Amino acid sequence: MTAIFDFPAPPEAPNSDALRAEVRAFLAEELADFPPRERALSWTGFSADFSRKLGERGWIAMTWPKEYGGHERSALDRYVVMEELLAAGAPVAAHWISDRQSGPLILRVGTQEQKDLVLPKIAAGECFFCIGMSEPDSGSDLAATRTRATPVEGGFRVNGTKVWTTWAHKSHYMILFCRTDGGPEDRHKGVSQLLVDLTTPGITIRPIKDLTGGEHFNEVVFDDVFLPESAVIGTRGDGWNQVTSELAFERSGPERFLSSMALLQELIGRLSQQPGNERAEVVIGRLSAHLMVLRRLSRSVSGMLERGENPALQASMVKDLGADFEQSIPDIARSLIECEPDQTAREEYAATFAEVLLSVPSYSLRGGTREILRGIIARGLGLR
Amino acid sequence: MSDKMLLDAAGRLFEAEHGPDAWVGPGSGSMEKGAPIWAKIEEMGLTLGLAPEEAGGFGADPLEVLDTIRLAGRFALPCPLAETMGAVALISRAGLDLPEGPAAFAAPAAGSVALTREGDGFRLKGELPRVPFARGASVVAVVTALDGAPHIALVAPSSCTITQGENVAGEPRDRLTVDAALPSSAVAPSPLDAGRAFALGAALRAIALAGALERTTEMTVQYANDRVQFGRPIGKFQAIQQNLSVAAGQTAAANAAAGMAAEAAAALLDGGSDLAPIAAAKIRTGEAAGIVATIAQQTHGAIGFTMEHPLRLFTKRLWSWREEFGNEATWSRELGRTALSAGQGGFWPLISSY
Repeated sequence: MTAIFDFPAPPEAPNSDALRAEVRAFLAEELADFPPRERALSWTGFSADFSRKLGERGWIAMTWPKEYGGHERSALDRYVVMEELLAAGAPVAAHWISDRQSGPLILRVGTQEQKDLVLPKIAAGECFFCIGMSEPDSGSDLAATRTRATPVEGGFRVNGTKVWTTWAHKSHYMILFCRTDGGPEDRHKGVSQLLVDLTTPGITIRPIKDLTGGEHFNEVVFDDVFLPESAVIGTRGDGWNQVTSELAFERSGPERFLSSMALLQELIGRLSQQPGNERAEVVIGRLSAHLMVLRRLSRSVSGMLERGENPALQASMVKDLGADFEQSIPDIARSLIECEPDQTAREEYAATFAEVLLSVPSYSLRGGTREILRGIIARGLGLR
Repeated sequence: MSDKMLLDAAGRLFEAEHGPDAWVGPGSGSMEKGAPIWAKIEEMGLTLGLAPEEAGGFGADPLEVLDTIRLAGRFALPCPLAETMGAVALISRAGLDLPEGPAAFAAPAAGSVALTREGDGFRLKGELPRVPFARGASVVAVVTALDGAPHIALVAPSSCTITQGENVAGEPRDRLTVDAALPSSAVAPSPLDAGRAFALGAALRAIALAGALERTTEMTVQYANDRVQFGRPIGKFQAIQQNLSVAAGQTAAANAAAGMAAEAAAALLDGGSDLAPIAAAKIRTGEAAGIVATIAQQTHGAIGFTMEHPLRLFTKRLWSWREEFGNEATWSRELGRTALSAGQGGFWPLISSY
């Protein structure tokens, strides 16, 4: 069991200081007029323009082969760029999913045609992906998916509804998780991942307002949508294994604990003007300690991934601990600064507080709920 | 299997001398059980692990040596391994003679002891509260200032008035009232000042906490798998599973924190002065200790609340060690002051430099 608790020291990242300085200088310039209330959206903030600029700088697809527009840099260099973007509250949503998940999936198991079609565009910051997993009746229970791609001559006929699909309305492609074979009783068997061009006829995308009032996620309806056979990513029927092997990448990154940084930094800005506030020192010291340890855990998992290990369990722990941390920030802020949250306030602190307060419930839902993660950890402990 | 020969050997020794069989029955967990184990630890040379090779050490990787303290925490070892290792680390770096037998070190708050010159030697006068295992130590290395510069003074507890005390785990924490003349051979300049020696102690406790946390969580998982209620092991209930997952996450975080503490402690011994990773580690392991102890006690039910059950050996150490060498509040204030003086723009650069 001890192995579960074992997070080896993160690998050294040589030359990362220079890269970090370069990213910081870029962000200082690009985001000079970007207000805290916008930064508060963290990696939910969307800017196609900004993503394209990152692509130009070579900060998307950093670890991919050059033949697909990548830059063949280390996972640790990529980590530096990711965490600097998040710490600054940069609007990275447009390319985040394609860089983190969709591109790597296609790179790993996609066909040559799929790779040639999307990877160079993703790397350029010009091609955005969303993930079609959740459905009205299939949330945490992903294997209960009802969306069905029925095999027809030359491809599939897709019917079903996906929901909570983040930025579907601004994305070019979806990676659709659906049933291609067998029935619901087959659970993990007979499900596949399909590459969907979102301009395909029969797809209706309807934005859903979330608690912040923003339209970040969507309902996506498939009504007799024809997809060619070449849409299958990887192996038909092996979708479950493909999805679960993505999870370690999805769950261990710095976006799992840096989502509330805008508010934390605003809070520190205010408190640092109150020297000698001992209560503030104790609280901020504790948060600093948590952040330092979370970074170490997360970078340790990054090292495991780089070495080709499968730290799915450790990644679940990082996400669970990280969500606790980033969710706790608004309550901690209100214990130190008296302020009524107000998204319409002219004053940045009140607006940032409101934005983060209204965002944090999603942190322990997206990418696997707290309860699901803890179930995975319990299984790792041998309890299930 | 592992290239960590020292760690493996220490693990075998601790298992044989103070494994689970030793945690139950009359006298289990008492400090009297420590003497025979101590003899074997000394025989192995483990106590010299943090001494530089030229000063009597054996050239071991300090990170591996420090990891044996985590192991000692896993076995609730009833002897002053961390204390002696720390004392040896400090004494050897000051060029003084290495102690025979168990030793301890103290980094008292400014003003609580005074080291002065007297004749050809020195005088140490003052109070040393809660010195670990002082009653059995051959020597206590006191890190304090002489003429404004950090020094180590070696004092034998036998030359002090000892007021016995103990932490809630039953480990001796004695008060020494000192008024002793010391020969010149017992005092030397110290590369580490009192603040850094105190931080070394905090790092050692953070590392030991990680080990005790591992064991506490493992025992609790085992208990949940063994204990049957309502016709099935209680570990099959989701409420228990969710709690144990929290304990596991806290334990993992503590382990990562311990790694940070070990690296920073090794750097301190090499002349470094960065205390922030140690502060973070003591804060994080201390917080994990409280959370995990609560879950462990709750899961074990009434049997865990008895002096018969071995769980106490670990939860009581968690409750003790999180207070020693500065608790979460102490170190949070320290780290928070650094973070707040970095300010809004400097906070992230500070955090990401670790």
